[in-house]
Amino acid sequence: MNTSETAVLPRTSILPNGSGAAAILAAGTGSFALAVLAFAGDKSAAVKSSLVFYKPTGPLSGVTTTAILIWLFTWGILEWQWGKKTIAAERVIAVAFVLLGLSLLLTFPPAVDLF
Amino acid sequence: MEITMRSFWTLIHGMGFGALYLLACSGALVELYRFTTSSAPAEPTLGQERFLKGYMLVMVVLAWAAVLTGAYVIYPWYRAAAPPGTADLSMFPQRLLMSSPTTIGWHSLGMEWKEHVAWLAPISITMAAFVVIKYGRDLMHHRQLRAAVLSFTLISFVAAGIAGFFGAMINKYAPVQGGHTFQLSHGEEK
Repeated sequence: MNTSETAVLPRTSILPNGSGAAAILAAGTGSFALAVLAFAGDKSAAVKSSLVFYKPTGPLSGVTTTAILIWLFTWGILEWQWGKKTIAAERVIAVAFVLLGLSLLLTFPPAVDLF
Repeated sequence: MEITMRSFWTLIHGMGFGALYLLACSGALVELYRFTTSSAPAEPTLGQERFLKGYMLVMVVLAWAAVLTGAYVIYPWYRAAAPPGTADLSMFPQRLLMSSPTTIGWHSLGMEWKEHVAWLAPISITMAAFVVIKYGRDLMHHRQLRAAVLSFTLISFVAAGIAGFFGAMINKYAPVQGGHTFQLSHGEEK
């Protein structure tokens, strides 16, 4: 048996939770940005046309590209702020869940049609 | 037996990347659930840790490959505008679906939902993979992070499932077709 496959590494110092919390909140923010942009594009012709970054794909190209940029930018900022810290993750994760829930709601066409 | 170029890409997107991602997701959910719900998770071996990290990375690649091929290869064929007066809409799937009250819902609900919700899958799974790779066995000490990773992976699975379901149904009622035809085999007459 290969010992490197079964060996358990000795425990070192515990990593702070800031980096993980930053990634989680950024994912929630990116998802929410995508949903808001999709919603805005659906409600406004001007927004819709401004989101056409690649004509064959239409506004979806702008919605997704912009959301990805917002997600990565948010992630970078949060990682810079929290990366080496231990933070109150419970509240941050709760906010991320709310954002993710709203994203699911705002991408559901019958919910969008209510507004 | 033959297949068109567009059908082939649809196959790559749906069966290759999408379905494989859903399968991989179910495996990841089981492993993450086991790891998350245990009050004192067993310390993984180096091999197990490496495997999980590699597994999550493959999932990230599959998720991004699925949405990118969907949005930039297949979707333009799907939403292509038919020239005015076109009677045969078979090459214009979106227009074909919208031409009948019995199929319009596959576009107005199915595609409108799928094209956006699908992107929650790669965003969520990229985060989950980052946390698993960054923390590794240290994740045992972060119950809240573990629970968040599991929940986002579940949402990723649901989002990919919605996209996969509507993708399959839309392709059933208005298949993306056209382009070069590949002969896969020559059938014999019975």
